[in-house]
Amino acid sequence: MHETDMTKALILTVRDWWEAQPGQPAIEKVHLTVGKFTCVEPVGLQFAFEVQTKGTFLNGAELVIRETPLIAYCHDCQSEYQPEIGLQYACPTCKSPMGDIRSGRELKIDRVEYAEAIAQP
Amino acid sequence: MHQTFDAALGIDLLHVNQTGADHNRAHFDAWGITCMNIMSSPGAGKTALLERTLEGLHGGLAIAIIEGDMTTELDADRLRQYGVPVIAINTGRSCHLDAKMVAGGLHTLEHQYDPNALDLVLVENVGNLVCPAEFEVGEHAKVALLSITEGEDKPLKYPIMFQEADCLLITKVDLAPYLEVSIEQIAANVRQMNPDCTIIPVSAKTGEGLEEWFGWVRDRSLSTNESRVHAHA
Repeated sequence: MHETDMTKALILTVRDWWEAQPGQPAIEKVHLTVGKFTCVEPVGLQFAFEVQTKGTFLNGAELVIRETPLIAYCHDCQSEYQPEIGLQYACPTCKSPMGDIRSGRELKIDRVEYAEAIAQP
Repeated sequence: MHQTFDAALGIDLLHVNQTGADHNRAHFDAWGITCMNIMSSPGAGKTALLERTLEGLHGGLAIAIIEGDMTTELDADRLRQYGVPVIAINTGRSCHLDAKMVAGGLHTLEHQYDPNALDLVLVENVGNLVCPAEFEVGEHAKVALLSITEGEDKPLKYPIMFQEADCLLITKVDLAPYLEVSIEQIAANVRQMNPDCTIIPVSAKTGEGLEEWFGWVRDRSLSTNESRVHAHA
């Protein structure tokens, strides 16, 4: 359900950028990074994006989602490991609790691709 | 002829909500209020806990409640009986409170009551183990509830909320004799992702653990206020 709200936030942020551009270029792709250790379902985002962008400045634009794995760092072992979401978060080697999360919490609008008319040579 | 360009944005998807949450927190700070975001699945006992908390702490701390519910004011009406300001926010179809909704609640608080006279605002979020964890509302502390009837595995399955909580209340522990559930295992499952979390088993029915919870709320409120005094000194 909250994917709807997140998509709304996504569209508003991209619109702010778009309105600040000279000539309001046609946006072709919006690139997102979504960590595996978030409450966000990429399929839900894709669906909400498709529905909410119809007939707007993002009409036809593609949402490209890159998922990042959950990676934690164990200070005792001085090494990174991948916790098994839903099963095990502590370090598999020494059982220390998950402390530092190095990756997996990202919810980020990375970049947009847009087309612009260029003058013929 | 068209050419494709790339523009790097690097903006957090939730930055609008984050900005709103920071704005709310600045209001709380200016009023000298500590705000706690109370989250759990539906039926874990948030409202019952708040009732006991108002009984136990009202008088010592001046408390107001911001009550998020999808459609009704049933919970808000329950809490109004305790004679504290209760601001109900109906979230409609939304499954969580966000910073903007709470800002609306603060607006009401400011105009109908005297926020400077308050010490503590408890925000009862919408019952949901997933979404509220991603939407900060301007709180100084996150409190999660998990009732023992929900099972030991829930912190593993819905990790974000339990990973972010400053305090976990394991509720309905009076039911333990009737269930095959280990309170120690619930605590261990939370600790493996959140070792610093304060974990308190409580029963709103028998009163078990409530003094410890009241103590945690008091300490947190005082330390938040104190750090504010130092920050402004």
